[in-house]
Amino acid sequence: MKNLFRISFFVIFILIFNINSNAADKVEYLKTEWSFKGPFGKFDRAALQRGYQVYNEVCSSCHSMKYLSYRNLVQRGGPEFSEAQAKAIAASFEVKDGPNADGEMFMRPGRLSDKFVMPYENEKAAQAANGGAYPPDMTVLVKARGGGVDYIYSLLQGYEDPPAGVTLDDGVYYNKFMYGNKIKMSNQLSDGLVEYSDGTDATVEQMAKDVTTFLMWTAEPHLETRHRMGFKAIVYLIILTVLVYFSMKKIWSRIETKV
Amino acid sequence: MPEKETKKRRDFLFTATYAVGAVGVGAVVWPMIDQMNPDASVKALASTEVDVSTVNPGNTITVLWRGKPVFIRRRTQDEIAEAKSVSMKELKHPEKDEDRAKNPEWLVMLGVCTHLGCVPLDQKGDYNGWFCPCHGSHYDISGRIRKGPAPTNMEIPEYKFVDANTIKIG
Amino acid sequence: MSEHEYTPKSKVGKWFNDRLPLLTLANHLTDYPTPKNLNYWWTFGGILTFCLITQIVTGLVLAMHYIAHADMAFESVEHIMRDVNYGWLIRYIHANGASMFFLAVYIHIFRSLFYGSYKSPREIIWIIGIIIYLLMMAAAFLGYVLPWGQMSFWGATVITNLFSAIPLVGEGIVTWLWGGYSVDNPTLTRFFTLHYLIPFLILGLVVLHIWALHVPGNNNPIGIDIKKPSKDTVPFHPYIVIKDGFALLMFMIVFAFFVFYTPNILGHADNYIEANPLVTPAHIVPEWYLLPFYAILRSVPDKLLGVIAMLSAILILAALPWLDTSKIRSAVFRPLYKQFYWILVADVLILGYVGAMPAEGLYLLIARVATAYYFLHFLVVLPVLGFKERTMPVPLSITEPILGGSPNLATVKNKDGLKNQ
Repeated sequence: MKNLFRISFFVIFILIFNINSNAADKVEYLKTEWSFKGPFGKFDRAALQRGYQVYNEVCSSCHSMKYLSYRNLVQRGGPEFSEAQAKAIAASFEVKDGPNADGEMFMRPGRLSDKFVMPYENEKAAQAANGGAYPPDMTVLVKARGGGVDYIYSLLQGYEDPPAGVTLDDGVYYNKFMYGNKIKMSNQLSDGLVEYSDGTDATVEQMAKDVTTFLMWTAEPHLETRHRMGFKAIVYLIILTVLVYFSMKKIWSRIETKV
Repeated sequence: MPEKETKKRRDFLFTATYAVGAVGVGAVVWPMIDQMNPDASVKALASTEVDVSTVNPGNTITVLWRGKPVFIRRRTQDEIAEAKSVSMKELKHPEKDEDRAKNPEWLVMLGVCTHLGCVPLDQKGDYNGWFCPCHGSHYDISGRIRKGPAPTNMEIPEYKFVDANTIKIG
Repeated sequence: MSEHEYTPKSKVGKWFNDRLPLLTLANHLTDYPTPKNLNYWWTFGGILTFCLITQIVTGLVLAMHYIAHADMAFESVEHIMRDVNYGWLIRYIHANGASMFFLAVYIHIFRSLFYGSYKSPREIIWIIGIIIYLLMMAAAFLGYVLPWGQMSFWGATVITNLFSAIPLVGEGIVTWLWGGYSVDNPTLTRFFTLHYLIPFLILGLVVLHIWALHVPGNNNPIGIDIKKPSKDTVPFHPYIVIKDGFALLMFMIVFAFFVFYTPNILGHADNYIEANPLVTPAHIVPEWYLLPFYAILRSVPDKLLGVIAMLSAILILAALPWLDTSKIRSAVFRPLYKQFYWILVADVLILGYVGAMPAEGLYLLIARVATAYYFLHFLVVLPVLGFKERTMPVPLSITEPILGGSPNLATVKNKDGLKNQ
C-alpha cells in the first residue's frame, strides 16, 4: 500500500507541474460563480436562454457559430428551448439552399437541421467588414482560450481608457484582459442593451455572464452528460477496486507473501 | 472458522467481483457499438420537403431521402383504374391500392427493390410498373410485386402533403 | 518455454494442440513463474498493455468518423464531439489516453532504471522497449496533428523542420515529408496513414517484448537470479493477474478523472483554433510528455547539434546495458547509485519544466546545466560507479535470505520470509 501512495503522489506531482507550466500568462480574471463547474455542475437553463438572446442580438452580427445547428437548441443539457420555439428561431433566418431544378441557389426559411447561419459568406468577407480582423468563430471559443470562461467573461467587461503613454490606432481599443491589451472589437455591452423576456435586469455583468455560459455550452454541449457519467463511472470503479482488493487478499493469503 | 464456511465466503467474493466486472465490460462495449448507429446530424435530416408542382400526369420524379431514392409518380386516370382493378388473389403480398396511395393521383414510394436493394426501372416489366434489373422482379403501377424473387411490395414511406404542391417525406 | 511439457486433457484439445500449440501457450502464460516479491511498480507492464489496446480500439472508432482532409479535419472532430453517439467520450478517452500511456511508460522505464532490469540477460527486452518508446513518440506526434488545430499545424511544421538540420539533403527531406512546400493536405493524409499504422507495429513489438521477457523471466526488487519455478515464484495466474488488475483499476480511476472532469487540461487551448498557415501561436509547446527532449533541443544553440543532442538523449538509453558497468542490478544494494538515480529523476523533471518555459535567461541556463547533467549521468557517472561503488551484500534467495546484518534487507519486500525464519 505504501507504494500506491507513492504512485498517487507522483501522479499529483505531474498534474500540478503541468498546470503550472501551462499557466504562462498570469492575469487576475474577474471572478464569478459558474453553475457548470465541479463534478456535479449543470448549466443554468435560464442563463443559457438569455445567453442565446445576447449572442443572437449582439454577437451574431460579426461572430459565426458554424458547428452549431438550430436543433441543438432543443437538445437535452442545452438551453432546452421547446421544439416550437427552436423551429421559430430557425425559421427567422434565411438559409441558402439549392441548386433547385433550374440549377439556381435559392433562399428559404431555416429548419432545425440547418447549421447556424453565418454573418459573412467567408473569412475574407468577415475581415473586409471588420478592418482586417477576423471575428473568431464562437462555437469552441471558450476552449480555444487559455483562460476559458473566466477570460471571456472578463474580456467583455475589461474595456478601459488607455493608460497614459499608450496610443491606439483607429479601430483599436484598450482592454485590460486582452493579450497585449489591444483589441479590434469595440465595447459591445452596455446596461439595458437587450430586453430579457424573463425580466432579468440586463446589466453588463449579467449579459457577460449569460453569454459566456451560452458559449461554454456551445463548446461542450455534452458537459452535463459527461459529469453524470463520470460520477457513475468513478463510483463503479471504486466499488470494483474494493472487490478486487479483497479478492486479491484472499488469493494471496494462500501463500505467505504480502501484497 | 470451519473450512467449508471460508470457502463459501470466498466463492461469494469472487462471484461478486466477476459479476461487477462483467457489468463494467458491458458498459464500455455499448458506446463502441452505438457509435456506429446514425448520429444526431443524420437523424435530424430524416425529413425532406419536395415541390411537386411541376410534375405532369404520367411522370415520375425521383428524390433522395435518407440516402435512398423515393419515386413520386403522378398517375393518370387509366393507371389509377388499373391499379384499383387488380384482385387481391393475384397478389403475392395483398395490399389495396387505396392503402398505398392516400391521394390516388400520387404514388409516393421508396424506390428500392425488396429483394436485395437495387433501384427498379420506371415503366418497364410485364405489369406497366417497375422492373428490377438485378434479379428480374416485376412491380405493377401501385408498386406491388407481381413476379420475380422479391418477397414484398415496395415500401411506402411516411409522408404528408404540407400544401397542394409540397410533399413532406419522413 | 520447454520447462514443462503440457498435454491437454481432452482429446479434441490434444488434437488441436498437436497441430497448433495454442493451449501450450495459454498454459505457459498462466503458469509462468513470477517472482513473488514484485512490488506495484511492476504492474505498469499490464497497465501499458491496457493503454495500447484502449488507444487502438478508440482510435479505430474515431477513424470511422474522422476525415483526413485539411478543409474538413477540424470540422469532423467537432462532428465527433457533438453528433456521433458517445463521440465526445471516445475522443476524450483517446486524447487523454495518450497522456496516460506516457505517464505509465515513464514509470515503467524509471522502474527499470531503479532495479537494473536492463542488465544482462535482459538487454534485448530493454532495446525493444526503447524502440516501442520511440514509436510511441512518433504516433503521439502524428496523432496530435490530426485535429488540424493551430498546435497541430505548427507542431507539425516545427518538428518536420528538424530534418532540415541534416546537411545537404535536409531541405529535400522536409519537402518530401510534406509532399509540398508547406504542411498541407498531403502532409495530413500521410500522417493519418502512419498514425494508423504505428500502433500495430507497437503491438507486434510488445509481443516480442513479452516473449523476450519470458526467456529469462522477470527481474525483481532485489535483482537476484532466482530458480524457476521455486519457493521464490508464484504462477502468473491468479496471483499476478489479480494484482495487476487491482493496480489497473487504481490507474483507471485517475484516467476516468481526467476524461470526465478535466478532459482538456493536458491539451493546449490553441488546438481548438483551426489551423491557420498565416499566424503562429504565441507559445509553441509540445505535449507534456515530450517537454524534456524539447528542452534539450533548445538548450543547444546550433540547429544541427540541437537535433543531434535530442536524438542522442533517447538513443543513449539503448546503450545503457553496456554503459552501466555494475554487476549488481537493484539500486537497493547500491547506495551511491540510488542517490544518482534520484538526481536523474529530478534532472528530467527540471528539463520538462524548463521545456515549457520560454527559452531565455535563467530558464535557458538551467536547461543547459540539466542537459549536460543528463548526458553526464549516462556517459560518466554510470560507467565509473560500477567500478568505484561499494555495494551491499545481496541475499541468495527471496524467501531465505542467507545473510544477516544488512540493514537494507528491511526495505526489501520479504519481511515475511524473515519473520518465518
